[in-house]
Amino acid sequence: MEYFLELLLGGLTRGSIYALIALGYTMVYGIIGLINFAHGEIYMIGAFTALIIASVLTILGFNHLSILVLASLVAVIYSAAYGFTVEKVAYKPLRSAPRLSPLISAIGMSIFLQNYVLLAQTSDFMPFPNLIPDFDFMEPYAHVIGSSELVILLTTAAVMMLLTVLIKFTKIGKAMRATAQDKSMAMLVGVNIDRVISVTFIIGSSLAAIGGILVASHIGQINFYIGFLAGIKAFTAAVLGGIGSIPGAVLGGIVLGCTESFATGYVSSDYEDVFAFTLLVLILIFRPAGILGRSTTEKV
Amino acid sequence: MKSFVKLIVILSIMVIGVFSSRLGSASDTTIKLGVAGAHSGDLASYGIPTVRAAKFVVKDINEKGGILGKKVELLIEDDVCKPEMATNTATKLISEGVHLVVGHICSGATKAAMGIYNNSNIIAMSPSATNPDLTHSGDYPNFYRTIASDDAQARLEVDFALDILKLKKIAVIHDKQDYGKGLAEFAKNFLEKSGRAEVVLYEGITAGAVDYSAIVQKIKRSKADGIIYGGYHPEASKIVMQMRKKRMKTIFISDDGVKDDTFLKVAGKYAEGVYATGPKDVSTNTIAVAATEAHRKEYGKEPGAFYLNAYAATQALLNAIQKSGSINYADLSKALKTEYVETPLGSISFDDKGDAIGVGFSMYQVQNGVYVEVK
Repeated sequence: MEYFLELLLGGLTRGSIYALIALGYTMVYGIIGLINFAHGEIYMIGAFTALIIASVLTILGFNHLSILVLASLVAVIYSAAYGFTVEKVAYKPLRSAPRLSPLISAIGMSIFLQNYVLLAQTSDFMPFPNLIPDFDFMEPYAHVIGSSELVILLTTAAVMMLLTVLIKFTKIGKAMRATAQDKSMAMLVGVNIDRVISVTFIIGSSLAAIGGILVASHIGQINFYIGFLAGIKAFTAAVLGGIGSIPGAVLGGIVLGCTESFATGYVSSDYEDVFAFTLLVLILIFRPAGILGRSTTEKV
Repeated sequence: MKSFVKLIVILSIMVIGVFSSRLGSASDTTIKLGVAGAHSGDLASYGIPTVRAAKFVVKDINEKGGILGKKVELLIEDDVCKPEMATNTATKLISEGVHLVVGHICSGATKAAMGIYNNSNIIAMSPSATNPDLTHSGDYPNFYRTIASDDAQARLEVDFALDILKLKKIAVIHDKQDYGKGLAEFAKNFLEKSGRAEVVLYEGITAGAVDYSAIVQKIKRSKADGIIYGGYHPEASKIVMQMRKKRMKTIFISDDGVKDDTFLKVAGKYAEGVYATGPKDVSTNTIAVAATEAHRKEYGKEPGAFYLNAYAATQALLNAIQKSGSINYADLSKALKTEYVETPLGSISFDDKGDAIGVGFSMYQVQNGVYVEVK
């Protein structure tokens, strides 16, 4: 039983990591129907920014808490700026182009950002400081769940709730929903859709940065390629949960994480990915729009 | 008909050619040392340092008056690392009356050539062919090498785990990639053959994953007292960190993919106590320093791959002639297996199978943030 619990907690942590990144994919898809492949790179840039800021602050002699807060803040702002710029440079000019064009543009952006960090920083793995401290009250449970895992779980839950509130009850949320339903109609009734799309990218990129910081301090290392690998799994999670749906991204992430964890625990880690993707295929056969996705009829 | 006659003429010329060189070799006054390997093509960078090493050693020896009063002559032949070329190379060297061969470079080409050398009772010593079969299968009695075989690391890891750490339950984990999985398979086989420890878990993990807590829990559940990991440092550091954070004290043993400074930097305090095998340190060996310096002076750059191994191989072969006083196959084999020779790799000799004793890997442990050789 304890083994089951340990695997479940491991799966939830892993799933939450996927979910944090998947939220950005799903929001952008929900609003403009674009799969933003550069999202994983924003996650990576967030982690790198936090690493640089944290290293500088450590040299300047700041204490642990202020390093955590300042590094996260700067990383979030910086990544948000990247997300905003990527949208303006790579997607906005192609908004009325066929759907394939922004997709190719997204892949190009992803490759560009990866190589930019590779050249500007390093191709080596960099050690990432343990920004999340080991809490004393967690010590008795350390063999089951670590402090950083707990923080990841709680952050994901909090972020999902905040996002839901944002979209359901605020003005910008209403504008987002309107844009998602029908772009030209929303424009006609006075919604500034450029602004809505920019805000979506800014929120999505901030979430990716938070994910990047949490994951990097959990596993203690980063390089320029982490965004790609995490992005692929997060994208899978978003599709599994129903792309475009915010609770769907979180559910998809957790289902994927737990499947992998149990597959490793009870069968063999050799087949971890096999189980994860078999599940994806099965769900898409029976629910083509994903677990929580709404199937919309394509307007012709 | 005309072409048939032509063919006969050509063949007979070739036969005469072969015979005459054979006859010539019997009465000549030099010791002919063949150097075979890739000297052109994609893998030339593996073969050329060997030629240079052989030239340096031979030049030294000839300046001192040669061996047994005879000068050493180099016969250099290219096999492009291709097995089908290697047979031609070997035949050509034999036809030129070679006495000993340094080479070949690639394992596949070496295997192809060894049979031909064996038929002519010629010893070959490779500085770089690491395929385990070359020595362990017993099919190549005339083969020697100055590099550790592919399974040497696994052998050392297993011996260390069984003899020194006295582990009883071992989990063997790998990263599903060529290097890591190959090593893990050797380790698993050695453990099973020894019968002294149980392999409680044998699994591959996905490289690059964000989290390894599931496999860590599985290791914990298997009650393994040690882990042998085949793979590289990014995954190793994640696994070690997650284990230590989960307060597991399981011993972690890995390979030279993990004996890397990045592992120490990334895993930090969690790296303490981790064991990893790595090549023996030869940076303080005076012959190695001199050999490298000679190369720098002559070619203006660092020697490439297998340079020191080739240097050692050439020295070992020539030393065997010197010590046994003959170029007879049986005498040379005996001398290689009994006489030690000072080389850039240390003082080496050869075991019954042809692997060099004193060459290869050492066990290192992380102590206070650095890898320290475990004696």
